[in-house]
Amino acid sequence: MTITMPPILQVENLYKSFDNTAILKGVSLRLHQGEIKVLIGPSGSGKSTLLQCINCLVQPDRGEILLDGTAVDRTSKTSLCRLRQEVGMIFQDFNLFDHLTALNNIIIPLRKVKKICRREAEKRARLELEQVGLADKTELYPAQLSGGQKQRVAMARALAMDPKALLLDEPTSALDPELIGEVIAVIKNLAARGMTMLMATHQISLIATLADEILFMEQGSIVEHGSPSVLLAPGSNSKSQGFCDRLNELSDGRE
Amino acid sequence: MQSSISIVIDALPYLLSGFFNTAAIVLMAMFLGLLLGIGIAVGLVYGGRMLRFLLGLYVWFFRGVPVLVLLFLFYFGLFPYLHLPINALVSVSVVLGMTTGAYQANIFKGAIIALPRGQFNAASALGMSTFQAIRTIILPQALRHSIPAWSNEYSIILKDSALAFVIGAPEIMARTQFVASRTYQHLSLYIVAGLLYFLLTWLGVTSLRYLEQKVKIPGYSHHGMR
Ligand SMILES: Nc1ncnc2c1ncn2[C@@H]1O[C@H](COP(=O)(O)OP(=O)(O)OP(=O)(O)O)[C@@H](O)[C@H]1O
Ligand SMILES: [Mg+2]
Repeated sequence: MTITMPPILQVENLYKSFDNTAILKGVSLRLHQGEIKVLIGPSGSGKSTLLQCINCLVQPDRGEILLDGTAVDRTSKTSLCRLRQEVGMIFQDFNLFDHLTALNNIIIPLRKVKKICRREAEKRARLELEQVGLADKTELYPAQLSGGQKQRVAMARALAMDPKALLLDEPTSALDPELIGEVIAVIKNLAARGMTMLMATHQISLIATLADEILFMEQGSIVEHGSPSVLLAPGSNSKSQGFCDRLNELSDGRE
Repeated sequence: MQSSISIVIDALPYLLSGFFNTAAIVLMAMFLGLLLGIGIAVGLVYGGRMLRFLLGLYVWFFRGVPVLVLLFLFYFGLFPYLHLPINALVSVSVVLGMTTGAYQANIFKGAIIALPRGQFNAASALGMSTFQAIRTIILPQALRHSIPAWSNEYSIILKDSALAFVIGAPEIMARTQFVASRTYQHLSLYIVAGLLYFLLTWLGVTSLRYLEQKVKIPGYSHHGMR
């Protein structure tokens, strides 16, 4: 039964160039219900570009994006809006709407996109903020929140839209070390609830403990993929292992 | 021989009606400019090439031609040519409105461009249309940040409105000049005219500063914000 289910999100042969420089060179991947895949790789390898191409914030030059097995028509505004509703996005620098309270950051998209009435939207927004431990911060503006709190509001906002999958672009990289834990806790909680996720991250604890599969990107291609238990096994000599070793050295050096 | 004080007092009601006419001209001009400015700014930032080109021409035209020339062009030229029965006061409001529209467009465009790209991206990523993102996310922020520059524009348009005198719109300058040419009390009358302009500047700038405080985003500062 489950074998015949199409992937929730499928990316086929994605290409993207900026100014004649190829940034993505034929990337393909599949995300099944409840799967968590982690994108790692050196800076500039195209992880952010790939994530932004998947929900068409950046228009890919070539390739297909399939939602539940159906190719998304990137020329149609309605199918783009649908893709973006079903595939939520978490940004490195949060991107909360600066002029709205935490609560309204969640209410506004619910009302505008999902056309939910004010009362229902507010109820949902409060629930989502509670889920990320911010029930007491509803009336605060982004500038009054810490980085970790902002990222949790951003997650609550994305989750309120009931996405089928979540794209996360280095969700903890802009945070002070002491604030990373609270965001990781939310991500782990999401994983436990079975959320499908594709996440670029340099956070070892997320890579090693959450990933069903590691996708190693280099110069616009996925050059290595496999489960952490295989790729990160001692003596596996994989690129992923080398990369994670260097990350470990870096974070050890800092502590 | 009447004293200058009593001449000014006698003329005051007449000058005050000029004061209200000036206020009306400036309010209408600023409002028209606001509508035009927002529309043009949005078109300049988000529009296609053709639209951007046409809007660019509009801005260049109204920035490049002196207001006095525009006043004559519209009031004596274009409006009669089109058989539009528009009086001097409305003509001035329209011409000043179109002029300040070009300048306000640049103010708003700058404010929109200065917003972090992530604001628009986040709105798109949530499934909002471009129109929804502009209306609910971009403009509320850009307009807030534009208030200081807009207040500047208000005082400039207020002073430019004195040019309306040349086509006989019944505003402060025209009325003062009318009384002064008959009573020869130039000094005291133009002091009063200056004070009336000053009062309007003060009223406008103070209300805008109040508005700025009122819509300020709590905790937000322009310094060190990404
Ligand atoms: N809008 C753009 N215009 C031109 N070049 C771009 C643009 N966006 C990204 N690039 C280039 O594409 C390459 C890949 O960038 P990308 O941000 O996807 O890398 P990344 O893997 O996310 O890196 P990091 O780990 O530093 O976040 C970089 O060389 C970058 O300079
Ligand atoms: Mg990146």
